[in-house]
Amino acid sequence: MPEKTVEKKDRVVVRFAGDSGDGMQLTGSRFTDATAMVGNDLATLPDFPAEIRAPAGTPHGVSAFQIHFASRDILTPGDHPNVLVAMNPAALITNVGTLEKGGTVIVNEDGFSEHNLKKAGYDHNPLEDDSLDNYQVFRVPMTSMTVRATEGIEGITSRDASRSKNLYALGLVSWMYGRPTDPTVDWIRKKFADNAPVRDANLAAFRAGYNFGETAELLAVHYEVDAAPAPPGTYRNVNGTSALALGLIAASVRSGLGLFYASYPITPASEVLHYLSRHQRFGIRTVQAEDEIAAVNMALGAAFAGQLAVTATSGPGMDLKAETIGLAAAMELPLVVIDVQRAGPSTGMPTKTEQGDLLMALFGRHGESPLPVIAASTPGGCFDAALEAVRIAVTYRSPVILLSDTFLANSSEPWRLPEVSKLPRIDPGFAGDPRGFQPYARDAKLARPWAVPGTPGLRHRIGGLEKEDVTGNISYEPANHDHMTRLRARRIAAIEVPDLAVDDPDSADLLVLGWGSTYGAIEGAARRTRREAGARVATAHLSHLNPLPANTGQVLRSFERVLIPEMNMGQLARLLRSEYLVACQSFTKVDGLPLFTRDVMDEIMERQ
Amino acid sequence: MTASGPNGSNGGDVLKLTKADFSSDQETRWCPGCGDYAILASVQGFMPELGIPPDRIVFVTGIGCAGRFVYYMDTYGMHGIHGRAPALATGVAASRPDLSVWVVTGDGDALSIGGNHLIHALRRNVPVKILLFNNQIYGLTKGQYSPTSEEGKVTKSTPFGSQDHPFNPVALALGAEATFVARTVDTDRRHVAETLRAVAAHDGAAFVEIYQNCNVFNDGAFDAVRAKGQKELNQIRLEHGRPIRFGADGERGVVRGDSGRLELADVAEVGEGSLVVHDARREDPGLAFELAQLAQRPTGPTPVGVFRSVKRPVYGAGLAQELDDARSKVGDAELERLLHSGETWTVS
Repeated sequence: MPEKTVEKKDRVVVRFAGDSGDGMQLTGSRFTDATAMVGNDLATLPDFPAEIRAPAGTPHGVSAFQIHFASRDILTPGDHPNVLVAMNPAALITNVGTLEKGGTVIVNEDGFSEHNLKKAGYDHNPLEDDSLDNYQVFRVPMTSMTVRATEGIEGITSRDASRSKNLYALGLVSWMYGRPTDPTVDWIRKKFADNAPVRDANLAAFRAGYNFGETAELLAVHYEVDAAPAPPGTYRNVNGTSALALGLIAASVRSGLGLFYASYPITPASEVLHYLSRHQRFGIRTVQAEDEIAAVNMALGAAFAGQLAVTATSGPGMDLKAETIGLAAAMELPLVVIDVQRAGPSTGMPTKTEQGDLLMALFGRHGESPLPVIAASTPGGCFDAALEAVRIAVTYRSPVILLSDTFLANSSEPWRLPEVSKLPRIDPGFAGDPRGFQPYARDAKLARPWAVPGTPGLRHRIGGLEKEDVTGNISYEPANHDHMTRLRARRIAAIEVPDLAVDDPDSADLLVLGWGSTYGAIEGAARRTRREAGARVATAHLSHLNPLPANTGQVLRSFERVLIPEMNMGQLARLLRSEYLVACQSFTKVDGLPLFTRDVMDEIMERQ
Repeated sequence: MTASGPNGSNGGDVLKLTKADFSSDQETRWCPGCGDYAILASVQGFMPELGIPPDRIVFVTGIGCAGRFVYYMDTYGMHGIHGRAPALATGVAASRPDLSVWVVTGDGDALSIGGNHLIHALRRNVPVKILLFNNQIYGLTKGQYSPTSEEGKVTKSTPFGSQDHPFNPVALALGAEATFVARTVDTDRRHVAETLRAVAAHDGAAFVEIYQNCNVFNDGAFDAVRAKGQKELNQIRLEHGRPIRFGADGERGVVRGDSGRLELADVAEVGEGSLVVHDARREDPGLAFELAQLAQRPTGPTPVGVFRSVKRPVYGAGLAQELDDARSKVGDAELERLLHSGETWTVS
């Protein structure tokens, strides 16, 4: 066995790329689980095409999975991969550009047939010219070695044998980074328990890839990444979708309200529906509605009927739901509307991320109809955002818009599990006393009673027509409409939200302020520029977009310069300028990709 | 919220309710002479028969003149936005089987802007009673043609006559495979009440088209089946299990002609034995659909009554109870287990 060198690394970014049918997402998530077991901190980013089965071998059909893992706290899936695993020429041509200079390319040599090269758009074989000279290239005939490794397995078809090549790639990279093999082996056994030939083929392919790394002379170095220090606790890996769904279930348990979830299938929000549908044992009612408008109306009907009503969608669905969200604002009923943002306008890029819906969430309804708007910042943070959305909706009897995005939905990270007993209790506070009942009377928080059908003596009618204060009777009186409009604005503005926290270790002049999924890139960039270049920079991150934290203006004014990086054309910057008359600088990026740490680092350094 | 059936939960006492118990204190604001007044009176008058306390009844409406209906009923009520009442009502009904849920809508609301929700509520068989007031005109927006207006209709928006082919609401509901489809006429108090009785007895979605006269913008649209002297001749009253005959003395009837189609005939000529016998409970909606097509417009002999009344699993039946039961069994401990499910690891 050849002598192998072990090198220590403190952080590595690996990107698996192949055809949609090559199983790259599975490869990535298996690698992620094994990495979590090692105790590395990690962040992942699946990157797949909108087409379900784009023509095989074409750049349109390339599916990729990126994972960043490290021996210290990291916050993003990484800007530029150190290692690219490319299963075919299309995967190479579409991903090699993001690879770091001098990075490692591992290709499935068998995938580089003349036919595949042509489909990828190569007029020559890049493995045989100088186009990859800037990289370290390893050519591994993965398909044929997989087929050889699976020879003799009873009942295996040649198709199933060659389809196991993703496990071969996984085995090879697992060896390179010293990942434990047990989690993957256990998973294969469980997953294919009912299909012995496929199970054995996958096991054989995985082991063959691992052993190839260990024995072949091709790869002389493998790496170790130590466990990252992390606060004590129990952890699991979650993406934003699972965290969001778990947060909604937690809110149901902690409020005692039945969760009623209606939605229409739309990328990337459908996954929430799938997740919740599997958890009927928590008393969750899920409805796949006939359209986006029906979904939000069903939810609103359920809210009237006393349920914890939730609907989720993405930008195009938000457009359609707008009228009903306005109705919910007039009816003053608790309703959570989740917008998992994606790149627009129109259908845009359904599987790519963006933060383009902020101003729509805040202002995208006719008439004066202010609403609470909150945003999740990290995949795990989607759990807290869901609970907070429900707290505000129920406490203040208002529709709440929760903004997430494609990046948060799909990206995963280790999540420290919260203690259930410490999660907030949410009191539905249903009205029950008929004495002096008025449907639009208000409590100290300016919230009206939630009087649910079936409650004796509280019969009342609500609707979209303007209502007289207190009685809720239809009123077109000029003074009443003016009063009600101001009252609706005041009750939203008075919602209690926590102050904006500022991280400013060096009394900086520069504040980098963000919202939503840019948290990781901004925080990571601040830490790295402080550590590596002695930069003086403060950071703050908004979770509540309406109402804004009470100290926001004061925070903005206490810095000489404020930089606001966003994955849109500067929507938060525009909002803060108009709210506080401060000269925010805007850094914008709208390429459908998450904000990169490097982008923000450059912006910080320019301002030192 | 607990979930138990809307009926038979009055603690054994027979509820003594009157029309007044269902009439709100709000002043009705439809145009004088509007057919809606008659329907409102019929519905309020019928409600005590349900034996359900008004606290457990929910009316849901959309936009249009019919939308105001909700404010005049002293029950729980939601006045929604244009066309969406069936979706709102689905949310109420699906989560609360203990409530009796009614939708009041119009031809513009249900068949134009809200067509999609209507057909889906019907095909799902949501336990919601849908009363569609069809006046063949847009009243609240002051007189544009509606999806049930006849071809050639001259209105403000169609000064040269509408070119749109109209919907036949009963045929549309049957096409969506509604389990209960009926038609009645606003001023026929007794027939309206009879129809509501059949609606109330039906499990699942019930759809009723009510011909409703708009005396301001479309007066007389239903005279053939509504006006004294004409309705006696033209209303073909459908009664399950009875030969279909009509006319002042039942002298006319419906037969299957040589072409295989339903035709009108004189009973004396064809003989009583050859009349088609109405069967509303036939699984196959073919006969109901043929009857719906018998009169394209209510300008001559037109069937009214129950076209179809069949059993099919009710949307969410039992599920709400199961979910309530499930929820009563889960708490912090189950949530803790859920959070800890899957691959976890501990850092100490």
